[in-house]
Amino acid sequence: MRNAFKSAGLVAAAAALVGTLGFAQPAQAAGEAAKPPQMEWSWTGPFGTFDRASAQRGLQVYTQVCASCHGLEQVAYRNLTDIGYTEDQVKEFAAQFEVEDGPNEFGEMFFRPAEPSDKFVSPFPNEQAARSANGGAYPPDLSLIIKNRAHGFGGIGQNFLAMLQIKGFSSGADYMHALLGLGYVDAPEGVDLLPGQWYNEYMPGGAIAMPPPLYPDGVEYEDGTEATVEQQAYDVATFLAWASEPKLEERKQTGVKVLIFLALFTGLLIAVKRQTWADVKKH
Amino acid sequence: MSSQSKPTFKNPVIRWVDSRLPVFSYMHAEYGTFPMPKNLNYFWNFGALAMVTLVVMILTGIMLAMQYTAHVDHAFNSVERIMRDVNFGWLLRYVHMNGASMFFIVVFIHIFRGMYYGSFKQPRELLWILGVVILVLMMGTAFMGYVLPWGQMSFWGATVITNLFSAIPVVGDSIVVWLWGGYSVDNPTLNRFFALHYLFPFIILGVVMLHVVALHVTKSNNPDGIDVRGPQDTVPFHPYFTAKDSVGLGVFLIVFAFFVFFAPNYMGHPDNYIQADPLVTPAHIVPEWYFLGFYAILRSFTDDWWFFSWFLSWIMDAKLAGVLAMFGALVVLALLPWLDTSKVRSNRYRPINKWIVISFAINFVILSWVGGKPAEEPYVSIAQWTTLYYFFSLLVLTPLVGWMERPRPLPASISEPVLKAGGGGMAGATAAKMEKS
Repeated sequence: MRNAFKSAGLVAAAAALVGTLGFAQPAQAAGEAAKPPQMEWSWTGPFGTFDRASAQRGLQVYTQVCASCHGLEQVAYRNLTDIGYTEDQVKEFAAQFEVEDGPNEFGEMFFRPAEPSDKFVSPFPNEQAARSANGGAYPPDLSLIIKNRAHGFGGIGQNFLAMLQIKGFSSGADYMHALLGLGYVDAPEGVDLLPGQWYNEYMPGGAIAMPPPLYPDGVEYEDGTEATVEQQAYDVATFLAWASEPKLEERKQTGVKVLIFLALFTGLLIAVKRQTWADVKKH
Repeated sequence: MSSQSKPTFKNPVIRWVDSRLPVFSYMHAEYGTFPMPKNLNYFWNFGALAMVTLVVMILTGIMLAMQYTAHVDHAFNSVERIMRDVNFGWLLRYVHMNGASMFFIVVFIHIFRGMYYGSFKQPRELLWILGVVILVLMMGTAFMGYVLPWGQMSFWGATVITNLFSAIPVVGDSIVVWLWGGYSVDNPTLNRFFALHYLFPFIILGVVMLHVVALHVTKSNNPDGIDVRGPQDTVPFHPYFTAKDSVGLGVFLIVFAFFVFFAPNYMGHPDNYIQADPLVTPAHIVPEWYFLGFYAILRSFTDDWWFFSWFLSWIMDAKLAGVLAMFGALVVLALLPWLDTSKVRSNRYRPINKWIVISFAINFVILSWVGGKPAEEPYVSIAQWTTLYYFFSLLVLTPLVGWMERPRPLPASISEPVLKAGGGGMAGATAAKMEKS
């Protein structure tokens, strides 16, 4: 009889586990792309924080390279203090961009330098303008790119194991790093590309409308780090990971405290329960 | 059981209120001295956990609604604003988002417990049906809630699911237009889903009240599935089950917190962080994980499936068959009290049916797994066979086994196995005392 209960428990636990684990995993993509190599990222794991220096370099890559086509509309300039800039630096950084404001007292729209409270100025006023400037392709906004490209590692099992590993993972950042830093190779035999398309082995289907954006020393890092293509890709992935989830550090630090509290409190509850039930068990 | 004497309250204010509106006496009777079988295991925590989760969902949901904007142009950005600028908005949103998954995990285990220990049987049939009603309401609420962030999966999920109603003969298309409030999923759809997503939890709360009232009439079943014979079989709810439920709650909150703080997007779909775009269809439209089992049943009915073409193709098309099967899966579940013909409740004493219930659970897990896979082989075949087994198990195996199986002898009372644990001598004495109901 005990066995029956045990096997029932096992099944329920297994059901709960599989449920928990991850039907979240999307159906496997039809056009198979290469698997991005898994990188070490500073913000994964229970105590992860964003590497400020890397994120700042990433901002430089974003500003000098990506921002000519891609917006970052969910992020405000004031948020940059999160990755280690002072308020004066942010003010100075914002002021180099022009933002449309108004109407003024004459009823007219006007341009003014951006302020820290403004969101990142998008390169195009609307999707149509973006498409027309990019041969019909729409450069996606990058505010959430690390989260909306985080497709995991394949099966339910792999994803669950990845989630349990202490160092954590960021499959979205892996993808971004691989796409920008490693993926632009010569198209293999038999792949036909349309005009305005490039081959990238990490892009589902292989064809990407974005020309290779990064070049060795394409940016000159202010901190003297050598700007290899992979370094730039790594840094911009770090910056965009912060942009996707700016509350990540606060979340994880709160989580550690919450779990410690809950573990202690549950221990206390177990003690109370055993004490309460002591007389019943003996009977 | 007989200890339901009226309590005397020392506080005069409480006494004054209680003699006019006996809320304190009620609480004392229903949650203080209320008799609980003393042999309940930790599976009996999940009802309380579901209640806690419902309250958490309602509270976080009300707070999110204060910052959310139900408009196609602003919904996505308003959610991001909650995540970035609202104080602790990220916490509220992740608790609410993962809370939905937690709610379904808890409720699925709660349902499994009911099936395994026969909690749905006489006299608890209505209690069980109310539970299935709660499940259906939860599914509706969760579906509409998932639309609100207005991401790609929100939009396309809403499009696919609302389109199911077009399978209804004659009036189907009109019903879909009526549901949408237009000719596609658009702003009116988002607005009504927000209104209904706010309303439904309170309906759930109402049905949960009925569920609890019904429970307190019939009282809890127990792992042995036998009736309570007297006070020696029970302990008062407080402090025994307040203490025991608290342990389960503590463990549950640890799991919940792990997901909220360290893997908040693990159970979500990454595409929902892309704003809805009616012109771009995602490669694979997948519902939330807790719908995948039912989604697999829906998708199983294809024109070239032998079961469909032999038995159903001459009355209806495959789409309607799939929709009927999906809703039928829930209806059949509600009928379980009459499908199970055995008088013995607990599967502890049912050597064959035990494996029917366990295989039903495993089958549902496979259905859920396959529901997240693309519609190609071998997944389609797996989905079709597991769909058949879902119904075969409930409609054929369960009644048959109930008739044919020879159950093990039941203990005479709950306190007996506790008293004489390990003793094998009672089997003969209790064989005659089969459950009389």
